[in-house]
Amino acid sequence: MEIKPIDHVVIKFAGDSGDGMQLTGGQFTNNTALLGADLQTFPDFPAEIRAPAGTLAGVSGFQLHFGSHKIFTPGDNCDVLVAMNAAALKVNIKNLNPGAIIIVNTDGFDSKNLRLAHYETNPLDDHSLDHFQVIRIDVTKMTREALKDLTLSTKEKDRCKNMFVLGFLYYMYNRQLDSTLRFLEQKFHKMPEVLEANRISLNTGYSFADTTEVFTSRYTVEPASLAPGVYRSIVGNEAVAMALVAASRRSGLPLFLGSYPITPASDILHYLSKYKNFGVRTFQAEDEIAAISASIGAAFGGSLAVTTTSGPGMALKAEAMGLAVMLEIPLLICNIQRAGPSTGLPTKTEQADLLQALYGRNGECPMPVIAASTPSDAFHATLEAARIAVEHMTPVILLSDGYIANGAEPWRFPQEKDLPEIHTAFAPEQEEDTVFHPYERNEKLVRPWAIPGTKGLEHRIGGLEKQAVTGNISYDPDNHEHMVKMREARVEIIADYIPEQAIALGPEKGQVLLLGWGSTYGAMQGATQQLLSEGYAVAHAHLRYIKPFPRNLGQLMQQFDHVMVPEINNGQLVKVLRDKYMVPAVAFNKIKGVPITSRELVNAVIDLLANKK
Amino acid sequence: MNDVLKAKDFQTDQEVRWCPGCGDYSILKQVHTVLPQIGLKREDIVVISGIGCSSRFPYYTNTFGMHSIHGRATAIASGLKATRPELSVWIVTGDGDGLSIGGNHLIHLLRRNFNVQILLFNNEIYGLTKGQYSPTSPLGKVAKSTPMGSIDHPFNPAALALGADATFVARSMDRDPAHLQQMLLRSHQHVGAAFLEIYQNCNIFNDGAFEVFTDKGSKLTAGMYVQDGQPLVFGENNEYGIRLDGFQPMAVQLGEEYSKDDLWIHDEKNIFKAQILTRIFDEQSMEGHLPRPFGVFYAAERATYEDMLNAQVEQAIASRGVGNLDLLLRGSETWEIEA
Repeated sequence: MEIKPIDHVVIKFAGDSGDGMQLTGGQFTNNTALLGADLQTFPDFPAEIRAPAGTLAGVSGFQLHFGSHKIFTPGDNCDVLVAMNAAALKVNIKNLNPGAIIIVNTDGFDSKNLRLAHYETNPLDDHSLDHFQVIRIDVTKMTREALKDLTLSTKEKDRCKNMFVLGFLYYMYNRQLDSTLRFLEQKFHKMPEVLEANRISLNTGYSFADTTEVFTSRYTVEPASLAPGVYRSIVGNEAVAMALVAASRRSGLPLFLGSYPITPASDILHYLSKYKNFGVRTFQAEDEIAAISASIGAAFGGSLAVTTTSGPGMALKAEAMGLAVMLEIPLLICNIQRAGPSTGLPTKTEQADLLQALYGRNGECPMPVIAASTPSDAFHATLEAARIAVEHMTPVILLSDGYIANGAEPWRFPQEKDLPEIHTAFAPEQEEDTVFHPYERNEKLVRPWAIPGTKGLEHRIGGLEKQAVTGNISYDPDNHEHMVKMREARVEIIADYIPEQAIALGPEKGQVLLLGWGSTYGAMQGATQQLLSEGYAVAHAHLRYIKPFPRNLGQLMQQFDHVMVPEINNGQLVKVLRDKYMVPAVAFNKIKGVPITSRELVNAVIDLLANKK
Repeated sequence: MNDVLKAKDFQTDQEVRWCPGCGDYSILKQVHTVLPQIGLKREDIVVISGIGCSSRFPYYTNTFGMHSIHGRATAIASGLKATRPELSVWIVTGDGDGLSIGGNHLIHLLRRNFNVQILLFNNEIYGLTKGQYSPTSPLGKVAKSTPMGSIDHPFNPAALALGADATFVARSMDRDPAHLQQMLLRSHQHVGAAFLEIYQNCNIFNDGAFEVFTDKGSKLTAGMYVQDGQPLVFGENNEYGIRLDGFQPMAVQLGEEYSKDDLWIHDEKNIFKAQILTRIFDEQSMEGHLPRPFGVFYAAERATYEDMLNAQVEQAIASRGVGNLDLLLRGSETWEIEA
């Protein structure tokens, strides 16, 4: 059979929450990464662990975009859809490219499934799919048949359906099965019959694709021309967890995580709880407030202290964050954002906690805010946030989101020796009769980190206003104003210790600057590349430092006729930019719980230029 | 510096700002008296408080200290103790701070059994916010926010602590310095979370709430001082005692019918008896009431959270070796793109 090279492809695996689509997608992703293709993924699952089978609400999806060139996003529309049931087809059909391949499990299109998916007629029979290539497979029947000699229950056998589909796709894309066979051996080594069933299903799917005459060609994607080096696949939450361990190593401080489980941040707690041999101490607290409070206690004692959460938890932590600002102690608060307000859409992505991060506390309560832009960037952004927290004795907010947290991309991972060192020193002991001033500052406006157990440094701190230098309680009006301004100045001075803002792609001067932060990075890169190729003078700059902004940001924006700020919110960064720089920045917003696509941005820029002429 | 510290070494240069006549003065004095006796250096002691009158305590004690936010001292202390187990951590809280806004953290600290001391100053009123009823105010309490009397059923703090599986539960009072010092020492000696409820008079908003237990004329009949291994006796001349009729404690007069041999012998390690003892919580105005017990009700050994946490870290290092960051960053599967 002919093997056709293709440039890039977007595949979506969709089925019931219990169909194992996340696992299937993850396996296909690893297999793809090992071939050296560039890729981006986007898992999209319901908030319910097991929503009722067959319903539209229960559809779980995993989208993978891979190619032989730089891949910026998980793809706008799909070239291939795997639909395990009617609901999976219904939910995803609007996002298919013309002529897309749809692989359906026909068993998932019986009358019950059709009814649950609100189909009046069977789309497999009513010609509504005629402009797609539909491949029909009775996955359920074939999997059961292949496993008929095993003693497993039918239910257990049906759980292997996803391996059949995976095997089928491995054949279609000319792949080896090794990476998944290794994975299965690791996962099921204690359950030999389950391991066998999965192996058989995977091989059966592969052989079925080989023997059946459903397609005329197989596809292959050449390795991407990524920078030379050793790569691995990385998801954002794991990157944050590893960066925290790295920060602990580079600072010489033991790592403490106080956390309370919340989607989509919980995986950071899971990862770190496995890293105990790095001296990591994790504490699953009784609630979000206890989680940050315990971290404040650990920071007071000299640990690199971290708390991880998402928007609702962030709201609960606000008062304690204020305490950390008053205490001027290092603390890292990681907010893996999700769609709000309130419980919102817990498993969907959004960037709507920026103003909360900047302003969401009582009183004048400034704190540095750092944002991660991709899964691999989450590593570097977290390490940088930890550096600022420790070197500037301040709580720091790190913003990531569900899209970064669960999305995967190839990563040319660094080595420990190449990572920046984090400079830290506890205040040294002193004679008992010398007066210790806990709020005396150095040239960075940083006070000493005086940890319990150090002779001569006994002192009391707290949430009441401090007298400058001595740290004693003070109700003096002038002192309060001085301290409010000092806390702001302490954060602003950090701009002297961070790099200037660079242009990520495009000219230094031109028509439109696309200025963003967070997980819109890929879509903005893709759109900018497209617009540049069409002759527009468009550039992309992406902010890692949102508080303080890099010193040159105002000047950088002035080099463009227009500044457009794409955000998955109702316009937050754009407000801050307008406020601080008085620029007529234009907002581009999408608040649907899904990423912005490159296509949408390209259109928005073209419209902007057309309307402004 | 002189190795032997004195009470005055624990005083700070800060002016003490409690109302004149407040019971907190006595508690501060007893803590300053006891701290030199526990043999630790000042820098190895940390006092953490929340918000409320009692929570000003750290400013007046010359150790490391943190006056934190309302209700969270217990959670902050948990993080400190988890990472710095060698420090002596004292939590100062009140009936509002510890049982109302901070109730959640208190019960979880107790069940986890961090090795800390919790001094809960109970004055049955909100002092700092000027006189609202608290979660320990008796039913019917007329206060700023309850002009017709409180309809909140009050907590029994000792029973609550025991219900949260505290390993040490005791009660004392501001006006009995010798007993309070003894209870503070016992709290410190206990390995695990020590919960010490201290009756404290708020002479401004709730004066005399515990007078019946402190007044010379009534204290020996209204209160009962329990001691491990000793029969439960009370009265001016210990002429009364408590005996257990099944699960029911009964007050009896010693003499012809009953002798000390018939009485309940206090056993600090007996959880079942401790449940009954802490449940003796009668209103002193009630007909046939039992005396309010003071002393150590329960003291048992159980592994502390920080010891188990650190044991896991050591075990992980012993079995897997000290973590190698390069291997962690590398992950399980890699591929190489050649130049």
